[in-house]
Amino acid sequence: MADNPALDIEEARPAKRKGVKRRAFLIGGAALVGGGIFALKMADSNALSGAIASTTKKGEGSFLAWVKIAADDVVTLYSPHIDFGQGSHTGLAQMLADELDADLSKIKVEQAPLEGGFANVALGRYFMKEISGAPALFEAFPTSWISMLARSMPLQLTGGSSALRATGQHGFRLIGAAARLALIDEAADRLGVPSAELTTADGKVSHTKSGKSLRYGELAETAAGRKLSPSPKLKERKDYKYIGKDVARFDIPAKVNGSAKYSIDVDVPNMRVAALLMAPVRGGKLNSVDAAPAMAVPGVEKVIKLDEAVVVVAKGYWQATKGLQALAPQFSDGGHGALSTASIFATQDKLNSEGAALVAPAGGKLQKADYKAPFLHQAMMEPFAMVAHMKDGKLEAWGGVQDPLSTRKILASAAKIDESAVTFHPMIMGGGFGRRFPDYMQIIPQVAEVAAQCDFPVKLIWSREQEIQHGAYRPQVAARMQATLGKEGKISSWANDYAQNGDAGPEGKVPYSIPNFEARHHAYISNQVDAFWRSVNASQHGFFNESFVDELAHAAGKDPYQFRREHLPAGSRHLKVLDEVAKRSGWSTPAPKGTARGIALVESFNTIVAEVIEATLKEDGTPKVTNAWAVVDCGTTVNPKNGAAQIEGGMIMGLSSAIGEEITLEKGAVVQSNFGDYPILKLADAPPKVDVHFIESGASMGGLGEPGVPPAAPALTNALFALTGKRIRQLPIRTQAKAETTAETRA
Amino acid sequence: MAITATVNGKPVSFAGEPDTPLLWAIREELGLTGTKFGCGVAACGACSVHIGGEVVRSCSVPVSEISGKSITTIEGLASSDGTLDKLQQAWIDNQVPQCGYCQSGQIMAAHALLKRTSNPTDAQIDEAMTNICRCGTYPRIRAAIHAAVKT
Repeated sequence: MADNPALDIEEARPAKRKGVKRRAFLIGGAALVGGGIFALKMADSNALSGAIASTTKKGEGSFLAWVKIAADDVVTLYSPHIDFGQGSHTGLAQMLADELDADLSKIKVEQAPLEGGFANVALGRYFMKEISGAPALFEAFPTSWISMLARSMPLQLTGGSSALRATGQHGFRLIGAAARLALIDEAADRLGVPSAELTTADGKVSHTKSGKSLRYGELAETAAGRKLSPSPKLKERKDYKYIGKDVARFDIPAKVNGSAKYSIDVDVPNMRVAALLMAPVRGGKLNSVDAAPAMAVPGVEKVIKLDEAVVVVAKGYWQATKGLQALAPQFSDGGHGALSTASIFATQDKLNSEGAALVAPAGGKLQKADYKAPFLHQAMMEPFAMVAHMKDGKLEAWGGVQDPLSTRKILASAAKIDESAVTFHPMIMGGGFGRRFPDYMQIIPQVAEVAAQCDFPVKLIWSREQEIQHGAYRPQVAARMQATLGKEGKISSWANDYAQNGDAGPEGKVPYSIPNFEARHHAYISNQVDAFWRSVNASQHGFFNESFVDELAHAAGKDPYQFRREHLPAGSRHLKVLDEVAKRSGWSTPAPKGTARGIALVESFNTIVAEVIEATLKEDGTPKVTNAWAVVDCGTTVNPKNGAAQIEGGMIMGLSSAIGEEITLEKGAVVQSNFGDYPILKLADAPPKVDVHFIESGASMGGLGEPGVPPAAPALTNALFALTGKRIRQLPIRTQAKAETTAETRA
Repeated sequence: MAITATVNGKPVSFAGEPDTPLLWAIREELGLTGTKFGCGVAACGACSVHIGGEVVRSCSVPVSEISGKSITTIEGLASSDGTLDKLQQAWIDNQVPQCGYCQSGQIMAAHALLKRTSNPTDAQIDEAMTNICRCGTYPRIRAAIHAAVKT
């Protein structure tokens, strides 16, 4: 790990405040997030001592609140990230164990309590570092994500593939290293020997000469009171014991026997269950509803009118659903009743062609193509479900969210009570993929409003239909790609005009050396929420860019892999990744009969990924993936087996969306409603296995949760071009295949 | 009139309306929450359980149809001394689950497959394993089924 960040430990210590000036300097002109991160950094002395007090008992030592060592040697790591299966809790424990020289089996990971002192300082510091003077790193995070981050302060956010590369690298490794030094110094004093004569391993400080040793549990309480080193030296790769090893994930055993509790599983005494129906058009309101037919359904106890929805509260979910079905609510359309997918694309095309006319790529043979990507739903397997109970002016709530601290804030505001009167219990999540950022979770204010009208606890469950139709979608984007081929068939200029809600920023870039590169954003804002989706903009733009590069390769009469090579600097990490995937996939050998291979290379979240997909076509014209390879350079891999799981899963989500998924609008409302018309890729059509290979370059650490997604769609459509000679420029493939079948039938 | 059946070897009775899907009876009446709600229309398989050893999607089976039958949920798969079923163990060994929400259903579907076909081919796995996993654990599900066969 080349980046060896310094930990501003002194700033975070309760008694010291001298870091303020430096913080202000570091923030500089970063008005974008300045207020938020400054506020976060200022949450120091009181919040930190509060956080320590809330978790630490006598005999225990707390190191900056994030790490606690108890007298029985158990080390508790308080994670500000929710682990929804990405393995971050296990990975953070591996990183801490290595720097602390702790015994991994004695590390226990707990969700950080909802205290200001447990706002994620390490993540804040990581962003600040990037904003303040490391532009290359800064580019690894999407602009949209950073502005969202600012809004979500104080943060305990999980997203942006950030847990290990930010919180681990800039938080737990440093705290572990600093705590280890404090434990050594404490032992040196007690044994009356110089610190330099002491060594640490497996949770013990040892003095070889005398044969004496002290356990961390014996030293922790007093060691925690010592001054911590602000810039402890981190270990080198050769000294890692746990980083880089396939440690089994802590959360898995409870996920094979049904014992893992998600928010939909929360059960509290006297609880009722609620279901709801929202205005079909986003922005619409509930005009009227006659509650009587629902109240006549056995088990139904209450009908509640919200601004945009009608809610039925019953003894159980089935009865609540039947109650809803009995109702005939009238909704307004908020003035968006004319909106359709076609009308959005038409407006986006117009913006792009106007933009494209402003500056045309110069020199050489002009290539041009229009690309389109639809709105997508995250379609996490657990639909929204939360439990809330309002009693004596206090609200207690349970839910699976990607930021517990800001969830509490939203609950308080919806229930019209002070934040201090809200207790929130974060639960594990049945998938998130960007859907569970509290700002986009309509269910958070809904459950608070419902609870405020009930004198019993209520579990509100969204049906799959409500989830699909009222999502916070990946943005719909249209792009006009133009490029020229110059001397020796190399790209001499490139212009990409694209229309979508927000600027895709670094996610619209390509890794290739192109003399005149321009990506121009044209703002298009619909009534839909411009939200997150595993890898967000890197996925649509990865599809556009990597498909278009493939088109240019063919126009230049070159092999797509060789053509990409020619545009990458010799010795670059990108080139190594590309070469390795070509080698492993046998790119130079013919694909098995009836199949073809496609290649794509995308960098996102500071991680470089190249994928090769080998596919065939089924009778219905949709693809079946027969083989898949991924080569990944994320700098350092903390847990390769789990990292590979993230890449496999990301690739499959990318393939699934490319093949089958789209959210379309007609008369302002979402057309799709369940997995029948929003099909998720199934096992039979997914790659039977994925060959994932990591290149341990040691470069600044990148994320792994998302970067597997973006190359998948273009690698697949490039394979299909190689197979059929037909270029797919609009996703999903299924709709295109269906349109063709219909046309053929008509002919 | 209450409907009686056996769940994980124990006699139970359901008091709710006869059209209540088995899924909600299991979750809300018996408190066995390992069986999950995913879609409500038998499309995703998160609610898969066994009725008489056959895998079914419990969101679409009314309790009126299960009278007198023997039902197994994910909670009943391990033996009474807590020893995991070989599929559960293979799921751990192959580090299959990510978010884990669909995995109860996946394991129940795989269990029914191995009961019918003790050593399934890839094509038989393709045909039998139609449950949705959004995290994309399919390659590991396939590997774990093959691994379980060998134990």
